Amino acid sequence: MDLNTALRELRLLDYLRLLWGDAPWVEPVLDLISIITVSTFCLLIVIFLIWLERKVIARMQDRIGPNRVGGKFGLLQTVADVLKLLTKEAITPVGADWVAYNLAPFLIVMTALLMWAVMPFAPTWIGVDLNIAVFYVLSISSVSVVCLLLAGWGSNNKYALLGAFRAVAQLVSYEVPMVLSLIVPIILARSMSLIGISEAQVLPFALLVPVSAVIFYISALAETGRTPFDLLEAESEIVAGFHVEYGGMKFGMFFLAEFISTLFMSSLFATIYLGGYRFVLGELFNPNYTTGNLAGILIFFIKTFLVYFVFIWIRATFPRIRIDQMLNFNWKFLVPWTLVLVLVVALLDRLVADSGWTVRTLAHLSSNIVIALIALGFARRRAAREKLFEEEFGVAEEIARPMILGSDGHDDHEHDHETHGQPAPAHD
Amino acid sequence: MTIFIPGQQGDSVQELTVEELRNKIGTGMEIESEDNMLLSMGPQHPSTHGVLRLLVELDGERVVNLAPDIGFLHTGIEKNMEAKTYTKALVMTDRMDYLSPMSNNLGYILAIEKLLGIEAPPRAQAIRTILVELARIGSHLVWLGTHALDLAAMTVFLYCFREREYILDIFEMVSGQRMMVSYFRPGGVWRDVPAEFEPQMRKFLKFMPSRIADYEGLLKKNPIFMKRTKEVGYISGEDAISWGLTGPSLRGSGVDWDIRKVYPYLLYDQLDFDVPVYNEGDVYARYLCRMDEMRESLRIIQQVMDNMPDGPVNSDDRKVVPPPRAELGRSMEAVIHHFKLWTEGFKAPEGFVKVSIESPRGEFMTYLRGDGGPKPARVHFRTPSYVNLAALPTMSKDLYVADLVSIIGSIDIVLGEIDR
Repeated sequence: MDLNTALRELRLLDYLRLLWGDAPWVEPVLDLISIITVSTFCLLIVIFLIWLERKVIARMQDRIGPNRVGGKFGLLQTVADVLKLLTKEAITPVGADWVAYNLAPFLIVMTALLMWAVMPFAPTWIGVDLNIAVFYVLSISSVSVVCLLLAGWGSNNKYALLGAFRAVAQLVSYEVPMVLSLIVPIILARSMSLIGISEAQVLPFALLVPVSAVIFYISALAETGRTPFDLLEAESEIVAGFHVEYGGMKFGMFFLAEFISTLFMSSLFATIYLGGYRFVLGELFNPNYTTGNLAGILIFFIKTFLVYFVFIWIRATFPRIRIDQMLNFNWKFLVPWTLVLVLVVALLDRLVADSGWTVRTLAHLSSNIVIALIALGFARRRAAREKLFEEEFGVAEEIARPMILGSDGHDDHEHDHETHGQPAPAHD
Repeated sequence: MTIFIPGQQGDSVQELTVEELRNKIGTGMEIESEDNMLLSMGPQHPSTHGVLRLLVELDGERVVNLAPDIGFLHTGIEKNMEAKTYTKALVMTDRMDYLSPMSNNLGYILAIEKLLGIEAPPRAQAIRTILVELARIGSHLVWLGTHALDLAAMTVFLYCFREREYILDIFEMVSGQRMMVSYFRPGGVWRDVPAEFEPQMRKFLKFMPSRIADYEGLLKKNPIFMKRTKEVGYISGEDAISWGLTGPSLRGSGVDWDIRKVYPYLLYDQLDFDVPVYNEGDVYARYLCRMDEMRESLRIIQQVMDNMPDGPVNSDDRKVVPPPRAELGRSMEAVIHHFKLWTEGFKAPEGFVKVSIESPRGEFMTYLRGDGGPKPARVHFRTPSYVNLAALPTMSKDLYVADLVSIIGSIDIVLGEIDR
């Protein structure tokens, strides 16, 4: 490869490498350049994301949204907001744990930024092509639980503590269906590297395994703490949750981290389930088609923002779920059915491993549809059973259960009817 | 129990016994266990609908005990009214239930009229009926919006406020004020409605049903909304009656009780409308109840608009109602009446009256005692929010913190009305 090819194909790091030779300082400097580029990009795009979210939600809610600062469309509104946050005094409340309180906002932004290291923006534009990228992303994203706990505990505030409890319960439990649903594309691609997964998608995996995509999307909503899973900072219940005691840029850090990780989750969805930087239509009609760097990054961001738009859309539409319902939904519905899905996909992919893409696609798609129908059927039957109970006894099962089984401590109820053999009325 | 006292440097963490803590709290709430968390929700909290403070004993997320603490918005309205003439005291009633001032006005004005033994002419009655029902829709829109916002469905909130804006515009058109209307006066209304009133109302009646359908489209069948509201905040019909609940909170528990039907006032006995009643007794039932009430209010307005009587909008009792401006130049008697009314006000006979109306929140009762002078000797309001709030601990026993905001939203309290 010579300088011109590198420049023409926009392989900028290779270009610098060729330019500077192989002196010992080159690689560290190049690493530093990538790190600074990616993290600056992430920090700057948040300004745009906040503006976008406010504008899109405003449109959905029949209002105008930001329209003063920075021209007719309020483009500089977020810049002004950030400047305001920066000028605020950095306060540590009396009684707060100084280390935990001040460490949390920095740590959470760091973890949010670290995840971007493995994200392929374009065929050759990637921080590190780790062969365990998915694993890396999952492990880094679970560090944010620690940050939230630090913030909630260190604030010495009851709302913050409640928020931290909720955050831990939610993030830890939704990691399970997320990991399980990510196993499916890993099985299909036979790779954990994000480039490997992108390259394996002749058709986007969202078409092969839509159930896995949906489950991943729901878990991503919960992992980033967005509506309907925004319990950890439920404004109307626990005021602001874990960051209630934070002000100024320390609060801004949490805000920043939330938007960075939301964008990361949408780009992860775009990469794993929608083919990332690959232009599927072009490849279908022209077998020799390969995506260049410029086209790749465009396609990558179009897909990412489509996914991100759905995040915003959901936020504008849905009410918030309650903590017990959230955990029930996770452990009693998502996790079992994701396990079934992983099992079926693993077996099926073994069977059709040698067949062409058409057979594989059809096999996986049909198995997915069957699993989805069975799962929904079960859910519907359960709902019907509950309704039947209500019609028969005139009172809802959830209300009736404590009445029948005695009412101290809800955790004991399951044991109660197991040990005493009391007839449990039509319940699982 | 360790308690953190804010605002003190140094030893800000104090050891307190439960007894000392109870004295500090001053609500007399029973505390079950020292291991539980005591949370003071409010008076600055986004979803206590004003300055309500709830003292909550939490076992994890579960509410063990709860005591509402009120009085942060006490403005002394009832006492202040004793220092003003009957007409001037009217403006104070606007400030109680600031989401439906029309209903407060009406309750107070009906009491004055009953005390004086006068009656407003038919056109005034019709205008009052329309505006009170409009206020009911407006108030229910605020309830729906904030209730949905408490459950984080924020789009509904903005949609509701869009329509409420239209209602406030109509109020401004007829009274000159968006919220503090003071439009109803003893013996009638301030002025006849302007000519634009009718087309505006017709337009409203035309678009409003589809807007209500929009809100229901976002909430009624939404599985998350149903999960959050069904079987939450349950109160049985008997309990509701013994707590003195009124309004949609009572009708959501299967008790068919509406002052408009039971003790009709204004034109309600001549109108054809239903009182929606649901039996479930939970937040969802109260939601359905209020949504149906908005439709019924539209029906009522439609009927009155179709049979709008002509004629004067004020009683011709010159001892109470000021003479029209035009008469002042011609009639000496009018000038005297005008002077007397503006300097002294009218005198009401000795005795007391009690008048109940159905405000958007429930039974709004006015107790008014006259002592023969131009100022009321005693005014007292039985406000529905105050009574309904008392049932909150019963409804929220053993539920979650998140349910608490859902229940507060569903009983639809206005703190201005509670503290007065």
